[in-house]
Amino acid sequence: MSGGAFLSRIGFSVLAALLGVLFALPLIWFIFAPFNARAEMGLALPDPWTLSNFATVFQNSFAVRALFNSLIQSVGGVILIGAAATLAAYALSRSTIPGKSAVTYVLLLFSSVVSGSAAMVPIFLIISAMGLIDTQLAVILVFAGGLLPTAMFILRDFIDGIPKSYEESAMVAGASPLQAFFDVALPVIRPGIVVIVVWAFVNIWGSFLIPFILLRSSEQMPASVAIYSFYSEAGTPIVTLLAAYALIYSLPVVLLYLFVSWRFGFRFFGGIKA
Amino acid sequence: MASVVFENVTKTFGSFTAVAGVDLSIGDGEFVCLLGPSGCGKTTSLRMIAGLETPTSGKIFIGDQDVTGLHPKDRQISMVFQDYALYPHMNLADNIAYPLKVRGESVEKRHGRAREVADVLKIGTLLNRLPSQISGGQQQRTSLARALVYPSRVYLFDEPLSNLDAKLRLEARGFLNHLQRDMGMTAVYVTHDQAEAMALATRIAVMDQGRIVQYAPPIEIYRRPATTFVANFVGNPPMNLVPVEAAHGDGQLLLSADGLALGGLPMSSGVATALQASKALTLGIRPEHLTVAAPGAANAISGKLFANENMGPESLVTIERADGSRVTARIFTDDHIELGADVTLGFSLEHVHLFDSTGARIPADGEMPL
Ligand SMILES: Nc1ncnc2c1ncn2[C@@H]1O[C@H](COP(=O)(O)OP(=O)(O)O)[C@@H](O)[C@H]1O
Ligand SMILES: [Mg+2]
Repeated sequence: MSGGAFLSRIGFSVLAALLGVLFALPLIWFIFAPFNARAEMGLALPDPWTLSNFATVFQNSFAVRALFNSLIQSVGGVILIGAAATLAAYALSRSTIPGKSAVTYVLLLFSSVVSGSAAMVPIFLIISAMGLIDTQLAVILVFAGGLLPTAMFILRDFIDGIPKSYEESAMVAGASPLQAFFDVALPVIRPGIVVIVVWAFVNIWGSFLIPFILLRSSEQMPASVAIYSFYSEAGTPIVTLLAAYALIYSLPVVLLYLFVSWRFGFRFFGGIKA
Repeated sequence: MASVVFENVTKTFGSFTAVAGVDLSIGDGEFVCLLGPSGCGKTTSLRMIAGLETPTSGKIFIGDQDVTGLHPKDRQISMVFQDYALYPHMNLADNIAYPLKVRGESVEKRHGRAREVADVLKIGTLLNRLPSQISGGQQQRTSLARALVYPSRVYLFDEPLSNLDAKLRLEARGFLNHLQRDMGMTAVYVTHDQAEAMALATRIAVMDQGRIVQYAPPIEIYRRPATTFVANFVGNPPMNLVPVEAAHGDGQLLLSADGLALGGLPMSSGVATALQASKALTLGIRPEHLTVAAPGAANAISGKLFANENMGPESLVTIERADGSRVTARIFTDDHIELGADVTLGFSLEHVHLFDSTGARIPADGEMPL
């Protein structure tokens, strides 16, 4: 290796390390601050390590309630999206309806509009006309509308890759189409459904704008909105509580990824191993 | 077991006709092979028997029952798929027993039956494995076991051996042959491999472009191919076809082509009829009916040696004629011949096949017209 190349390699490594540190700093804060009773915006080792911040969070019934609301909205949305996307994608993949691809593409096109901020006003109007303002159902429905087309698209692609001969052999062997679907197709599609479920869960769990607009009362707020209640009267953030709550809030997503990775094993391409 | 009948069945996909007005009658206990090149409509025909495709027009009967619009599950048939279609999430026992599960059999009963069938097929020790954990040959036998595990009126096979290597394929072919003789099953077997069809079938239906061009027992297909297409498809290697110019001569038929010397063939009535349409005929001669002959011999065809492949017991000797066309002989000697040397291949007149200008067989006198 020539001297110049060696130097440029060192330079590159140093630069990469600096960038890495830059990105790591907030994460380190994110892990340390919750356990520090005197946490501030600056980075500091907790001394002593304490769970008092968490104790305060769990005494705050609004904060706990919000986590529970997040769970209702995410799980509700995931069930609706998972079930509807599976059935729709299966039909779109296996049926011989002409123009079925066009349907998926048009839906996909509009979905980015539906859940985008541009559509917030019409969504608000529709939901209030339905009398669903300030209900968890409203949040679930809007997410289902926004995420379903993409979920259908991904799943359809996945199902297209599964030979039809699975269900065909089941039907020749005496199974009804419904039996063939539940006994043979569904178990084979399951890894694809898991991808959809994780993706939809993360999307809903982390969303702020839609619940913020559609929900009024504090009893309905999800955690993403509730985080904004950890401010003092003067409007400055109560960093200790914020840090502890943020950690709790991020845990389900992390756990979900860990679970899926342990149970199914993520792959970079094609989502998940069967 | 039951018979299968196609009554003027046509299947179109959009503007493309995959199966064109097929009439076919498969007797109870017959093993019929649908043989033809890729894309000729074999799989589509088979899938219509299974109910996985619906004919565009025409009717299909299994036994006395018109099954044209019947759902696959109500047909009491079995099918072995080309890709085996083993369910990846079920172990072999559950895979084989699945048809019994949908018939509502108890777990003990269906696993007992699965074990019986698996033992016959020598996969009895693998029942707890997943399909991904067994070899291709074992997967093939598993899919066969799943087809055999329940009583069925007709057994359908779609190129079930095409994913096996040569040795396993021979072994599986032998087993299927044994099974057919043992069970007397009615079977429809799709293949593009003529050797497989010859070995297994009681009758072969040779298909070309959605039509059946000949439907006859294997030996008949071999001895009296109905068209140049069949002649060129059956046999290993297939029949040599040489375009010839025909002429009358003293009640004899004179055929001429470059490098071809042919003594007097009798002028049969069939030939006389054919000659009224065109003097351009095709002479067919099977490689196994050619021998190396002395230069200038009668009833022979000559050219320069193009290739000489020794296969062990026999050699495939291919000569190239002046017009560039090739003729292959299967010869049971291993004489060394120089590449490019002049070679004369002789034959006897009884082995000559004649086809008219449309490619249809010209029956010899005394031969039943097709
Ligand atoms: N579902 C389908 N849609 C359109 N064309 C098809 C379909 N199935 C088969 N074909 C066409 O019909 C022809 C016959 O197909 P197939 O029966 O599978 O042939 P083979 O089994 O003899 O190779 C092929 O040209 C194929 O492309
Ligand atoms: Mg085929």
